[in-house]
Amino acid sequence: MTNVGSLATKPLFGLPLAELWFALLFFIFGMFLFLDGFDFGVGVLFATRTDDHEKEQLLAAVGPFWDGNEVWLVVFGGALFAAFPSVYANLFSRYYLLMFAILAALGLRGLAPEMYEEREDDRWRTLWGYSFVIGSTVTPFLLGLFVMNWLIGATGLITPVGVLGGLTVLVLTVVDGAAFLGLKTRGALRDDMRNRGVRAAVGYLGGVIITLGSIYVTEPALRSSFRSPLIVALVILTATLIGIYVVALRRNRYYAAFAATAALVFGLVALVATLLFPYVDRTAGLTIRDAIISTLPLNLMSIMTSVLLPIVLMYFVVLYSAFSGPIDTEETYR
Amino acid sequence: MVDPVLASRLQFALTTIVHIIFPVMSMGLAPFLIYFTWKEIRTKQPVYEQLRRFWTRIFAVSFVVGTVTGLVLEFEFGTNFAAFSTTAGELFGGPLALEGMMAFMLEATFLGIFVFGRDRVSDRLYFLSSIAVGLGTWLSAVWILIANSWMQTPRGFEIAVENGQRIVKLTDPLAAYLNPRFPYMFIHMQNAAVESVALFMAGVAAYYVFRHHVWGYPIEHIDFWEKSLKIALVVLLITAPLQVIQGDEYARHVSETQPQKFAAMEAVWETDSYVPEYIVAFPANVNDLLNPRTKELFGIGIPGGASWLASGGNPQATIRGLESFSTKSPPVAIVFWAFRIMVALGFWFILLAVWGGYRWWRGELFEDDLLHKALMASSLLGFVAVEVGWIVTEVGRQPWVIQGVMKTSASVSPNLTGAEATFTLLGFVTGYIMLLSLYTYVVGRIIRAGPPSKDELTQSDTVHVRESEVTSGD
Repeated sequence: MTNVGSLATKPLFGLPLAELWFALLFFIFGMFLFLDGFDFGVGVLFATRTDDHEKEQLLAAVGPFWDGNEVWLVVFGGALFAAFPSVYANLFSRYYLLMFAILAALGLRGLAPEMYEEREDDRWRTLWGYSFVIGSTVTPFLLGLFVMNWLIGATGLITPVGVLGGLTVLVLTVVDGAAFLGLKTRGALRDDMRNRGVRAAVGYLGGVIITLGSIYVTEPALRSSFRSPLIVALVILTATLIGIYVVALRRNRYYAAFAATAALVFGLVALVATLLFPYVDRTAGLTIRDAIISTLPLNLMSIMTSVLLPIVLMYFVVLYSAFSGPIDTEETYR
Repeated sequence: MVDPVLASRLQFALTTIVHIIFPVMSMGLAPFLIYFTWKEIRTKQPVYEQLRRFWTRIFAVSFVVGTVTGLVLEFEFGTNFAAFSTTAGELFGGPLALEGMMAFMLEATFLGIFVFGRDRVSDRLYFLSSIAVGLGTWLSAVWILIANSWMQTPRGFEIAVENGQRIVKLTDPLAAYLNPRFPYMFIHMQNAAVESVALFMAGVAAYYVFRHHVWGYPIEHIDFWEKSLKIALVVLLITAPLQVIQGDEYARHVSETQPQKFAAMEAVWETDSYVPEYIVAFPANVNDLLNPRTKELFGIGIPGGASWLASGGNPQATIRGLESFSTKSPPVAIVFWAFRIMVALGFWFILLAVWGGYRWWRGELFEDDLLHKALMASSLLGFVAVEVGWIVTEVGRQPWVIQGVMKTSASVSPNLTGAEATFTLLGFVTGYIMLLSLYTYVVGRIIRAGPPSKDELTQSDTVHVRESEVTSGD
């Protein structure tokens, strides 16, 4: 028996670890939604391209990044399992078919960039182009549906709020992808992406407002959460960021637009987290404190995570700096 | 309509059987890729760049399919085995989270650099990326096998009851995570991965060497294939004997810690001493041929062999029989045969390695067509051995999902309906058949196209599959 001492009885430095893990989960989800979000957005925008060379550029833009970005979803699943195992079990088994639909859509998206390059004939490329577009469109929609269902504690798979949330997240990925392509492409292609990004941004603002309104109308249980000044602040912040994004794109300031997108995504994630708090599984009536694991494993996970997450963020800095700047048009996917 | 418990178990079996192929490919290729990258940078010989680029393409495809199928496994603990996840989450969730944070992140980010970044980063960072990718794949195995070995030999916990549910509480993290089974499992698995990839590499290379040297078709990159064959043989000579020697110790550890599994491996029903080691065994009754739990056996055996193996040298040692356990036996025939196939393959691989090594030493490595054919025929057998090995491990521990703590039948999601489970099971059967066909087709194309030609090298990392080299429409 190793001596685990006070780790077994007292939370680390007396911190509110349950609340911190709740926040961390949404941070991880935000990282996934921001980073893989632009991959999805590029996949949606892929549908607007007819020129082979432009399609190649879009695939090359996400090529080195998408698999690393998707790992944030793996980490989200693992962290939810580690910190709130009963919630993980409840959510994933409650939305059983939805989870497998997400997996199938992610599979289509993941295979597509790799397979597209394997052969050069039109039939093959059309097939994997469809796979890329469908996977990239369906995944964010279903993720939005899943998160909204989780938030309102839905028992069914498809709810009006969930569908609105899904569409909102889908539009957000287009906002994200357009800003990313602004950094990665040049010329007429970039101009077209910029215009689509501006339109998507306006749509996203509408989506957030309509989704929040529908939650307020259909979910009396959540109405009290709307009184939180945080919610009002986050909505104002979102509107401001949309303004910044549109102005930045109009002035060809793509880094600013991309940064605004990141803030938009974390704003949305913070909205959901604020509305869900203090619950972590509304259907089962579990609050954060009910569902959190015991002190000893929680302390250990907290120590490990506080060491590992900064290192993980460094990997991404290395990766993104190695592939910074626009795509070399001579440089194909592999 | 399949019962949700059975459907979930079949689905998990199917998804793990398919998934394990890809991690084995990545974990086994990783050391080779690190070596090729290092030699390429140090010697500047084109053949090492060809080796690195050719095998990296196979690694990249395997990684993508492994990601797609691996995410499914992580989700399935929640979707299909919610009761298990709730009960064991405190212990089992941590390793999965750490696998994502510590291992998978490392592998996925640096693979981006390793696959696309040869022209964009310095040699030093490029070589570091190859190490990071390899380290990532192996660390993944550490955390996944910690989780699995804890289920086989659970330690460092106590059982509490919360809201009417039994919950596993972590009391001693070191005892739980460095449980007795973990080192055996980790060494056995990682060595198996390297051995399987060495066999695969040797088989593919033997095909080209055979065509060139025996049939006399000129092959453009024959030096590349000769080098591949030699490197694979060296690795096979090291890994094949190690696997059998370490496997023997592993089996003894199973007999000590999971006697019921060991009894199933040897099909021992009655506790006995001087138990024979059956080489083959069949039901004595023809009617029992399809009954995996049949008892009346007729076989050819080595007297005292099983006792000798279990005790490490005493043919008189007693082995507990399946009848002496209060729980229902696992399907004995499946475990018994899977174990025998694995062991037979293990010895066959040693024979192959020694045969190849002898021919090489005599300078006849490229002439012996029978050896080439044997290597070609064995190119996928490493993966077969991995599959039957995991079948021994996972079927052999039944009826337990956590040995002695929780039964598999109690681990399935309580609210799961037969319709849902059957629907996803059928979806996986069709989807995974397509996925495996696709993977086989793509890897086949990469192999047929061969490595990039020497005049293409070091200009850029673009590999074009030349249509002329590939017979189209297959």
